This record gives sequence, structure tokens and C-alpha cells, in this order.
Amino acid sequence: MTTTVPTTAALALGDDALVLSHRLGEWAGHAPVLEEEVALANIALDLLGQARVLLSLVGDEDELAYLREERAFRNLQLVEQPNGDFAHTIVRQLYFSTYQHLLYDRLAAGDGPFAPLAAKAVKEVAYHRDHATQWTLRLGDGTDESHERMRRACEALWRYTGEMFQPVEGLDVDGEQLRAAWLESVGEVLRRATLTLPEGPRSGAWSAGAGRQGVHTEPFGRMLAEMQHLHRSHPGASW
Amino acid sequence: MATAAAQKTDRTASYGDGDGTAATAAYERAFDAAVAADERIEPRDWMPNAYRATLVRQIAQHAHSEIIGMQPEANWITRAPSLRRKAILMAKVQDEAGHGLYLYSAAETLGTSRDELLDKLHRGRQKYSSIFNYPTLTWADVGAIGWLVDGAAITNQVPLCRCSYGPYARAMVRICKEESFHQRQGYELLLALSRGTPEQHAMAQDAVDRWWWPSLMMFGPPDDESQHSAQSMAWKIKRHSNDELRQRFVDICVPQAESLGLTLPDPDLRWNEERGHHDFGPIDWTEFWEVLKGNGPCNEQRITQRRRAHEEGAWVREAAAAYAAKHSETGATRA
Repeated sequence: MTTTVPTTAALALGDDALVLSHRLGEWAGHAPVLEEEVALANIALDLLGQARVLLSLVGDEDELAYLREERAFRNLQLVEQPNGDFAHTIVRQLYFSTYQHLLYDRLAAGDGPFAPLAAKAVKEVAYHRDHATQWTLRLGDGTDESHERMRRACEALWRYTGEMFQPVEGLDVDGEQLRAAWLESVGEVLRRATLTLPEGPRSGAWSAGAGRQGVHTEPFGRMLAEMQHLHRSHPGASW
Repeated sequence: MATAAAQKTDRTASYGDGDGTAATAAYERAFDAAVAADERIEPRDWMPNAYRATLVRQIAQHAHSEIIGMQPEANWITRAPSLRRKAILMAKVQDEAGHGLYLYSAAETLGTSRDELLDKLHRGRQKYSSIFNYPTLTWADVGAIGWLVDGAAITNQVPLCRCSYGPYARAMVRICKEESFHQRQGYELLLALSRGTPEQHAMAQDAVDRWWWPSLMMFGPPDDESQHSAQSMAWKIKRHSNDELRQRFVDICVPQAESLGLTLPDPDLRWNEERGHHDFGPIDWTEFWEVLKGNGPCNEQRITQRRRAHEEGAWVREAAAAYAAKHSETGATRA
């Protein structure tokens, strides 16, 4: 661990990428069209690549991924949410990739410790954001059923979006500015998709910044149990 | 190509085979001459109906195998024991979806459609490789699939890069490059296990024990029971017999198993100086035909998952189509 890398921030960004990558990996073999098998796996791979770089800044990537318990993970609650139907997965992607793109864009422009990683990753994330946007348009402005599924997904995931703008130690970005840019961008995509920004709270006092503090939602523990089981069954083995 | 140039007019003249006419006889002669001269048949060339049907069957089955073949490996993506292995496995499963896409495109050049082929797969009217009806029970199975299953696939598929039908041959060139890469990664995964802890070594050996015979079955029935072989070889769709390729595969695997430090589960396996090949024990053809008939360990599960993904994705495909219709060029002009 070097003195220049803020551990808290590296874990936060690395865990976001690791956990979302895992969720997208669950789609393999289940996607609605073959092209989406390729696209979702592609996004999952990009995120896993980012996670490996970020976790390696802090320590051993496998120890960090496989041997930490739920309360030590620093990812957003948004990215740990189960895939649900394709609309849920797409809304989660839209909310997260818009945030990640705006964030990495700012980090890439600065001269902080994450600038080199962000400069490379921002290109991948721009593609993820476009993918989510294109599907939001098709599903929102597709059939009555797809519109209704998107509306429900937007509502259901909305409560996890406030957390993205909480300050993270070592991340030099203006949360308020990020929030404004995010709301404008997501609002515009939803409008074009004939959907509206949900009205409920983006987070309650009970969940503000919770994932970043290591407080997660119930499905996350189960996800980790599956992810870590084999590695933990063979302590010290190399693979 | 000289022959092709001379006969191009004849070969591209018609899609139909207009039974019994003099023209048909001429098309047939041109086709046979092109095949004999090792030229490529292209989508717009005349071809016998049976040649077209055989290719559709074979390419579709190949495409279906890539798609169903994602399942046994995807089964381990969420449990991969290191981030490096997880990335390799995700990339591999993604490649398989890509191979499926190339192959459906190649099949479509013969006048069918991906939707039609998928429908036949879902209704059990077209097959996929019997190997994917075996379960992946441990992490080592991912390595055994890479080494043995992809190894057998490559042995089968490299000759297809010279197949007489151009679009199929070209798809195979791209696919074989990626498959060789996967095969080396599978081998390397097994090597890591074999040289790891005693538990890891045992896991690797167990996987090889379970996957060896099913891999040998991937080459299809013995030559005297293979109904399509003779015609496919005459048309240069196929270049070697099932038994020839199976023998080649065994000869390649024996030294690889040795360097892996693993054994192959065949007491009859030994070098035959006279033949210059390895002799090996009898294959359980009863098991092979049972799996092919749908009675293997995972047949039901594989096809059910595939159908479910398709059915549950129907609303997504409908939405995409509805959106495209609303926002098409004509829609825009009208608005």
C-alpha cells in the first residue's frame, strides 16, 4: 500500500466495480438476445478490470475480494441490488454508469491519484452509459408492458441513488455538482424514453451513505456467500 | 480459381435445382467441378438442395452448441476462485456467444434465419453437441472443458477452415483462433490445480476422469455408423472421418496428460508401435446414443434454461421492435 492512494476511496470505487461486475456475470446464459449476452459480459469484464486495478492499489486483489466480510465492503447499495428483470438491470446500469461516467470524467481531468485509471476507464464507461441509455429509450418508449416495467424499476431503485453523492474520504469531487449533473442527465434520458424522474426520496436517513459505511442490504450477503465459497474452502491455495 | 471463373455464370445462374432439366445437369457438373478443384462455394452459387440442407443442419447444430455450451461454464462464473480466473471465464463465455452469432450469420447465408433456427432448437428439432449435457460439478471442470472439450472441438474444426462452403470456412478461421486460446487457458487452469494442494490435484483428476470419455464421443459415432459422413466427405464439408479425428485427438492428449501430471481413465490406453498410434479402450456407445436421444444428465435442464431465457426475453425483443417501428426512417418522415 502506497501512501499516496486514499484507501477508503480506492475501496469504494473498486467495490462498486467488483460487485456490479458480479451481478452482470449472473446474466450469462440468461440474456433476452444473443447480442446482450455479449454486451452484458463485455460490461462486466470492463468493470472487473477496473476493480482489479483499484483493489490492487490497496492490497492483494483476491484477499480483498474473497476474504473480507460483508461489513467491510464499501460499495454502493445500488450495485448490489439483484438483477431482477431486464428493466431492473438496465435502470441500475443507467443510474450507476451515468454517475460513474460523470465521476471518472472529473477524476480524469484532475491530477489526483485516480486520474490515470479514470482516464482509461472513462472510455469504457462512456460505452456502458450509452448502452444503458439506448435500452432505456427502447424499453421506456417500446410497448406498454416494457414501459410499465421500466417505470417500476425506476421507482424501485430510486431510493439507492442518493448515496452516490455522499462524500467519500479521499475522493476530490464536489458531490453537489455531481448530483446536479446526474439529475439533469438521467432526467433527460428518462424524458426521451417517455418516463419521468421518480418523486420519492433518493435516500432516507436510514440508508444515506450506508453502503460506503459497510452497511448493506440483505441480498448482498448471499451474493458474497456464493462468490467467496470456493476461495474460502481452500485457504492459502493458488488458482 | 480458373475453373471458377469459367463456370461462374452457370453456378450463379439459379437457386432452384429444376429437377431433370439439362440446365440442372450443367449446374451440377459446375458444382462438382468447383468442389473437386477445392474452390469455395459462395451463397449466390448454385448448389444441390441436399448440400444446402446438410450445411444448414451442421452449421445450426454448431451454433446451438456454442449457445448451449455457455451454460456449463457460466455455472461457475459467480464462484470463480480468483479475479483473474473470473475474468478469463467471463471472456470465454462472451466469446462463445460471439461464435454463436458468427455461425447463425453463416447459416443465414443459406436462406434460413436465426429466429427459425432458435425455434427449432427450442422445440428439440435440431441438436447441439452431446457434451454439453454433462454437468460442471467442480471448478476443475472448467479446466477440463477448456483442455478436453475445446481440444476436441479444435481437432474437429480446424479441417472445417478448408470446408467447401466459404462463409462456414471463414467463420471457422476466426473461431479456431479463439478456441485455441481457450484451450491453452483450460490446460493452464488444470496445471495450476495439478501442482496445487492435494485437494486441488484430486479435483483436477476427478474432472479429467469424468470428461475424458464424453470428449471422445464428441467426434461422433464410429465410421461404420455415421450416416452423413460419406456424403459430407464427398462434398468436402468434412475432410476426415470421425475415427481418424478421434485417434488424432487421443494421440495429442496422451503426452499433454503426462505433462499435466494427470492420468486418463482408460486401462487399455497404450502406445502401439506398429500403428504409430495409441490404442484405446471401447467407448460406451449406449451412453452416447442415450445422451443424443435426450436422456443425458442435463439435457432437460439445458434446453429448459435456453427456452426460459428466450421466453422471459420476449417482452424485451418486442419493445425493441416497437421502438424501431416508431422511430424508423418512414416514421420520422411522416412526423
